[in-house]
Amino acid sequence: MYDTIIIGAGMSGLAAGIRLAHFDQRVCILERHYTIGGLNSFYRMGGRDYDVGLHAMTNFAKKGTKRGPLAKLIRQLRFNWEDFALAEQIGSSIRFPGVNLDFGNDIELLESEVAREFPDCVDGFRKLHQSLLDYDDLSGDDPTFTRSSREVLTELIPDPLLREMLLCPLMWYGNAREDDMDYGQFCIMFRACYLEGFARPFKGVRVILKNLVRKFRGLGGELKLRSGVSRIRVENGRAVGVVLDDGTEIAGRRILSSAGTIETLRLCDDITEVDVAKAGRLSFIESISILDKQPRDFGFDRTIVFYNDSDQFHWRRPEESLCDVRTGVICSPNNYRYGAAEGELPDGVIRITTLANHDLWCGLSETRYAAEKVAQYESAVASAVRFMPDFRRHTIATDIFTPKTIRRFTWHDNGAVYGAPDKRLDGSTHLNNLFLCGTDQGFVGIVGAILSGISMANRHCLVAD
Amino acid sequence: MSPAEIREEILDILGDIAPDENLDELVDDVSFREQMELDSMDFLDIVMELRKRHRVQIPEEDYGHLASMGSTVSYLEPKMRDIVKA
Repeated sequence: MYDTIIIGAGMSGLAAGIRLAHFDQRVCILERHYTIGGLNSFYRMGGRDYDVGLHAMTNFAKKGTKRGPLAKLIRQLRFNWEDFALAEQIGSSIRFPGVNLDFGNDIELLESEVAREFPDCVDGFRKLHQSLLDYDDLSGDDPTFTRSSREVLTELIPDPLLREMLLCPLMWYGNAREDDMDYGQFCIMFRACYLEGFARPFKGVRVILKNLVRKFRGLGGELKLRSGVSRIRVENGRAVGVVLDDGTEIAGRRILSSAGTIETLRLCDDITEVDVAKAGRLSFIESISILDKQPRDFGFDRTIVFYNDSDQFHWRRPEESLCDVRTGVICSPNNYRYGAAEGELPDGVIRITTLANHDLWCGLSETRYAAEKVAQYESAVASAVRFMPDFRRHTIATDIFTPKTIRRFTWHDNGAVYGAPDKRLDGSTHLNNLFLCGTDQGFVGIVGAILSGISMANRHCLVAD
Repeated sequence: MSPAEIREEILDILGDIAPDENLDELVDDVSFREQMELDSMDFLDIVMELRKRHRVQIPEEDYGHLASMGSTVSYLEPKMRDIVKA
């Protein structure tokens, strides 16, 4: 009998596991896939290391910082700052037709860019920035949490183009809702991206995951891979354990699930129908190009570029086509300030993320799927090179993952990357010993997911114990 | 444990929670929150570490007693008097 069974060995599940194992609970993490990480995994192909998910870790803070999400998670998980070995970004940009705004890990840069390109908006931008300095996050019960960000921005920023440009990176890095964004989520993402900024470990996401797993196992936690949960057994209104895909039964006093709200409810014995319309719909393809040069050697020094090819930013699932290449994210893991001891990554890498339709991708026959991967890669790259130097002749290898891949690795409905638009910020479900963590509970991104696991473990599995 | 030993124990816990903090300069009658910027998650950790290490149970309504080193030691003194320091 476990004290807590955790579903999913992604960032949130592993972080929750560490908290509980540290305080002597018997904990088991069950992962359907043969590897850890979920939405933030990694793989090796053709002798090269690839990351899934991670372009950058948001919420950067320098060693010794006392406040903020990164400091909080390092304390809570008893890590050292050195464990994450974070290198800061060189600099990122928001690119719309004819306008470029650079930003980095110091908000001053973005402010000066706004002052140059949108002088009549800089007062409003400062006001917005000031209002976000305080760390007291809006709680989910706060009626302003779900206020429309577009509405709030319209009050502060007179130029519609700047509003679109500011929203673009924040929606790309963490908005599960189409078209608009909850103001609470906007504040979290503004802080994560513009105030604190981007960083990355030299060796990518595997550094973070391996540290999490090592710590969890070192504390006596059990991690079972290839152990998908097919059912959550419910008796007399309480979860009593889980049944694995192979029929094995595991008993637990409580369950913490990172499978997603709808996905978790669907597992429960006592629920026969779930409202699938509430699942998230936003998914992506990612086109990865391995280059024979470092991007800086052909004139590209940006860490991340968020681009959009018109004055109107469309944040929604493409309905009629596999992908929507009008907007995208270009990321180069080469363009970080790595330490002298680390040197440079062995290859040049450009990753491009594009909005995609999960259902259309999954409806393709096997041969069409393979052909479309090539075609959509080409069209994503062709779109992106309008906003950066054309790197195509330097390409020596490519890979692409699609919503189908994401679905396979995460089991999330629709291959949804940021989960459902309506979050369950308190992590509660219809059962009083079944709780949610991960993207559907609240925060997204690596730091957000880890904090989700920590806070749900604290609130539901430690305090109440 | 004597009050001095309890204080040592709390310092040890704080060192675990915030390894970068210089605890030599901790002032006993100024709040942890003010000196170390501890938040509610950190206070939970003090409670949980005391439970883990010494089986001391601190009900949620008593968390307020853990505001500073001084108030923490006086609150814990009767609860930890009979614990023998390892």
